[in-house]
Amino acid sequence: MNATYTSMELMICCAARLLEDGRTVAVGTGVPCAAAMLAQRTCAPNLVTCFEAGGVAPQLPTMPISVGDSRTFYRAVMATSMADVMETCQRGMMDYTFLGGAQIDAFGNLNSTMIGSDYNHPKVRLPGSGGANDLASLCWRILVVTAHDRRRFVEKLDFLTTPGYLTGPGAREAAGLSPDTGPYRVITDLAILGYHDRTKRMEVLSLHPGVSLEQVRQNTGFALEVRDPVGATLPPSPEELQILRAEIDPHHYVIGRN
Amino acid sequence: MAGAFLYTDPSANKAREYFKTKPRSLTDKVTTVADAVARLVNDGDYLGIGGFGCARIPTAVLHEILRQQKQNLSMAGHTATHDFQILCAGNMTGRGKTVARVDIAYVVGLEARGLSPHARRVMESGEITWTEWTNYAMAVRFKAAAMGLPFLPCRSLLGTETLAHSGAMVITCPFTGEKLTALPALYPDVAAIHVHEADRFGNCRLRGTSVADLDLARAAKKLIITCERLIPDEEIRRDPSRTVIPFFCVDAVCEVPFGSYPGNMPYEYFSDEDHLQAWLKAENDLSNFRTFLETFIYGVKDFSEYLHHCGGLDRLQQLRRQELLLSVGDSWK
Repeated sequence: MNATYTSMELMICCAARLLEDGRTVAVGTGVPCAAAMLAQRTCAPNLVTCFEAGGVAPQLPTMPISVGDSRTFYRAVMATSMADVMETCQRGMMDYTFLGGAQIDAFGNLNSTMIGSDYNHPKVRLPGSGGANDLASLCWRILVVTAHDRRRFVEKLDFLTTPGYLTGPGAREAAGLSPDTGPYRVITDLAILGYHDRTKRMEVLSLHPGVSLEQVRQNTGFALEVRDPVGATLPPSPEELQILRAEIDPHHYVIGRN
Repeated sequence: MAGAFLYTDPSANKAREYFKTKPRSLTDKVTTVADAVARLVNDGDYLGIGGFGCARIPTAVLHEILRQQKQNLSMAGHTATHDFQILCAGNMTGRGKTVARVDIAYVVGLEARGLSPHARRVMESGEITWTEWTNYAMAVRFKAAAMGLPFLPCRSLLGTETLAHSGAMVITCPFTGEKLTALPALYPDVAAIHVHEADRFGNCRLRGTSVADLDLARAAKKLIITCERLIPDEEIRRDPSRTVIPFFCVDAVCEVPFGSYPGNMPYEYFSDEDHLQAWLKAENDLSNFRTFLETFIYGVKDFSEYLHHCGGLDRLQQLRRQELLLSVGDSWK
């Protein structure tokens, strides 16, 4: 790893660059929040951030700890209800959402409910959907930011909490989910991935500096599609790093994580 | 029919029977948290909790539920973080079983702070049962009840195992033929909500995000309000546009300054992250945790004494400055 930036910083920069100006994004705490803040200071000054507990378009003074704490509506345009934010998504006005999970499969489905083979006797009980299932059902494009390893990138989820492309092409629409919605990008510490147009399976789009395709495959528990030619992720620019370190996360709460 | 996964009856007619008898008069409802919990929370009740896990939560009511050893409650785990953690402390610690059933949207975790070891212990022990939902689904369930309906449709859950383990059903829109998720109304037996200001009758004001509380207040059969400050009823009448919960929803009003502690209270005080970490750490070992609970909950007489054990006014003053983003010199600390 290049010593001039951390993989967390790279992931935040990659996520920020995907956000177009003038769009809306439902964010959580941590990396998504840092990415949205960076985008607002670089490529997307008119990006509107919303938090599921009811914060709309805050001017975040510091990184929030909770998606419901008072930072999430600091100097906001509105402090409203969860239903109001979710219904903004349901009406089709939320362009992006950022999600995570303990497990993700080739179709971008996520598990944040339990680890184990017996639902009623979980090895590890995780929090559950929270707002993830809602945001993945109701927003236009789903972005996932996660560490890349075989424990997380699995052939079969222990529990399908949150919908990606479900079982493949057409499955979301067949289930009743809104047309033209679904997983968009996965940003990991190794690569940026998207989804193949025809198969809807995860596809490697670009490799981070110093990472080989073989390394990505070794850390993925399912067969990957690969964009031809596969791209090379641009490292963080000095400007991005400066803003991230000095303005967005001066205490290194997020960028200091491994 | 639906119902196998439901801990409450979604029938709007049955809810109306209850609400027909609910008192409507402007009466003084100010009381202590101990009295409110003793009178209004019964063993086996379904409990709804306001706020968002570690933000604007009715901590004093939750502690009092433990102290009075209420048993076999069902609860709405609607982003339940520290609130769920507190109630789970009444399970597997030698005082019976506080929580018996939970509707899960989000439990066990405390967001970025990590998972609660004891909540995991309780969930993984097999002694409680649960049903899966989502944050919006739970908000819609309260909204359906607040509207006096048996269900409302939404477009979440479809195609997932979350749906299969929920009590929701897939229906077809009679107008468009589109698939929708039908969510059963949730009328809790009792709810507790912490607000900024209330008058003695129970007219409430709050600042910041309302999460699902305005619907929860209307959906609940009985409602306990804790407030940072009691205000004169004249103040309510001077600016009625600020009232978000009307008195006739409310059964008890308890003035509890710093009542969301260790949670955040918008515009008042930030969350006490050190104390929340102390909870998580104490939970690692069950005998340590029993001692911790004795110190902070069972061995204290009320919430004010708990605040005193957590650093009292000095600590609260720090948390207020943190909330208001005030930078002051070290000499103030």
